[in-house]
Amino acid sequence: MRVLVCVKRVPMTGGRIVLTPDQREIETRHLGFTVSPHEECAVEEAVRLIETHGGESVVLTLGPPQAEEQLRDAMAIGVDRAIHLVTDGEEWDPQATAAAIVEAIEVERRVGGDFDLYLFGNESADAGNYQVGIRVAYSLGLPVVTGVKALAVEGDRLRLEREAGAARDLYEVPLPAVVTVLEGINLPRYPSVPGRMRAQRKPIASSTPVRPTPRLEKVRLVVPESQRKEAEILGHGPQAAPRVVELLAELGVLP
Amino acid sequence: MTVLVLAEQTGGQPDELSLQAVAFARSLFPDRPVHALLVGEAQAVAAAASLPVATAYVAEVEGSYAPAAWATAAAELLDRLQADSLIAPGSDRGNEVLAHVACRLDLPFAANCVAATPGEPIRLTRVRWGGSLLEEALLHAPITILSVAPHAVAASPPGRPQAVETFQPALAAADLAVRVVGRVEPAGTGVSLAEAKVVVSGGRGVGSAEGFAVIEELASLLGGAVGCSRAVTSAGWRPHRDQVGQTGTKIAPDLYIACGISGATQHMAGCKGAKRILAINSDPEAPILASADYAVIGDLHEIVPAISAEIRRVQGR
Ligand SMILES: Cc1cc2nc3c(=O)[nH]c(=O)nc-3n(C[C@H](O)[C@H](O)[C@H](O)COP(=O)(O)OP(=O)(O)OC[C@H]3O[C@@H](n4cnc5c(N)ncnc54)[C@H](O)[C@@H]3O)c2cc1C
Ligand SMILES: Nc1ncnc2c1ncn2[C@@H]1O[C@H](COP(=O)(O)O)[C@@H](O)[C@H]1O
Repeated sequence: MRVLVCVKRVPMTGGRIVLTPDQREIETRHLGFTVSPHEECAVEEAVRLIETHGGESVVLTLGPPQAEEQLRDAMAIGVDRAIHLVTDGEEWDPQATAAAIVEAIEVERRVGGDFDLYLFGNESADAGNYQVGIRVAYSLGLPVVTGVKALAVEGDRLRLEREAGAARDLYEVPLPAVVTVLEGINLPRYPSVPGRMRAQRKPIASSTPVRPTPRLEKVRLVVPESQRKEAEILGHGPQAAPRVVELLAELGVLP
Repeated sequence: MTVLVLAEQTGGQPDELSLQAVAFARSLFPDRPVHALLVGEAQAVAAAASLPVATAYVAEVEGSYAPAAWATAAAELLDRLQADSLIAPGSDRGNEVLAHVACRLDLPFAANCVAATPGEPIRLTRVRWGGSLLEEALLHAPITILSVAPHAVAASPPGRPQAVETFQPALAAADLAVRVVGRVEPAGTGVSLAEAKVVVSGGRGVGSAEGFAVIEELASLLGGAVGCSRAVTSAGWRPHRDQVGQTGTKIAPDLYIACGISGATQHMAGCKGAKRILAINSDPEAPILASADYAVIGDLHEIVPAISAEIRRVQGR
């Protein structure tokens, strides 16, 4: 089987978000980069499916030249090759992102054949648009199930589970299909050193699509008024226990 | 021009988040009629009677949830009413159905908005990074499609609509190709993380899976649930269903006790609904102290058992 998985490079913000002076981006000079945990799990799922069923997995990103790092990360845990749609760093809106991904899939279809499964995160870590996977499915005329927490291939069908309150809803769809996943569907492995070495030699096909005018146009970012607090220090070490239990009683949480 | 709100119901009552979406729509367009759409059977008809809108429409679709069928119903009604706005709660289904409608109509869709100002184009503020960051954006579209971030506005109280009208949407076979075909009920009966009044959470500072024994003990003494950070689930110490945060569970307990958790924005995105936060951390400079109400500084492996022992002592157990 052939699986395509889509990831987006995002900064790893720590305890506080700082913006650039023009307020259009997060200040990333001192930050590392990653992808959403949902997408990490999508990558792991793709690798496991190919380990079980044989075939090929491909990772795709639309992002700046530096996003090669996230493609290599995915290949380090076992994805076979990568597609890089290189941007100038300016974010694309979700409609344009989906259109560019669809175009890349059409190119793949012309040379390498069809994919059986397209995996996405349920939502990107930063923008959280909740739609790129669904848009790609519509353009390809494929069924799409979102928010998936368990996935099993049964012949030419997929059996999927999605949380609904405390219970889980079941879905069954024929392949090919689009699935957007949530963290928790699996526990991603850490890349091994040989895995990282191999990833350096795996191929990346890049192209440079043109960014259309956004229809959901970002104007600026705002750090929400944090209810920044001055924590009351109840004490140091185990001697603080009586004061803590007094507080629990005050708050009415002691049964 | 009219506004359509896609609503959800549970047990014949409109959902809280749907009533928030109604409130958002009414305050965004105070001079326009706000209608609502429910999709389903008898329970949808029952819930329609409690939606405080002009007309509550019920699209009669038999059987389980099918996102494309809901989207067809919404697109059909939008067209019939010549509505220029479609608003839904920023729930799993709300966001999913709106994305489907936006694809059908080749329109943009803005998920999880907290505010909007009418105009051409409409100006809106939406949530990024699970709520740690806001984005001001313009939506260039003849029809506004947006979802409302949970708890961004207070819900409209339930009330009678001026009219209730049912209709059968024209569904194609493809609209029902993806639908819920079964349900797995939960196995556990313990206090659920999402509903617990007290959550005692452990982070990397707990050090190991076994280290969680002290966290579990305190949680059980308080009748609460155990939570954790992503550092913990990634290490395999706890299952992902215990994870609090942007990509875990969002909680709003009366008290959140965070032990050995640094307070990354993605973690805090999941617990900022807590009424009170108590941090137990060895580092007096840990970022979590800037969002906590109370803190104890020191080694959680000494402090947490001491708190449990003290609870037992005062309760004479
Ligand atoms: C897109 C995205 C989504 C994410 N989603 C989530 C999410 O849903 N939930 C989540 O939690 N994280 C999430 N993360 C990860 C997040 O950024 C942090 O990496 C994570 O929360 C750190 O976990 P931690 O606080 O346990 O570990 P650390 O940051 O390593 O902090 C450990 C803390 O323990 C303290 N400590 C150490 N030893 C002791 C001791 N003996 N006693 C007391 N204190 C001690 C230290 O002082 C420190 O403050 C996400 C990240 C990204 C990029
Ligand atoms: N720039 C991008 N490059 C590749 N995949 C993306 C990009 N943006 C979004 N995606 C994929 O689409 C999913 C949903 O994104 P969104 O609709 O922005 O919430 C993400 O989890 C990714 O799998």
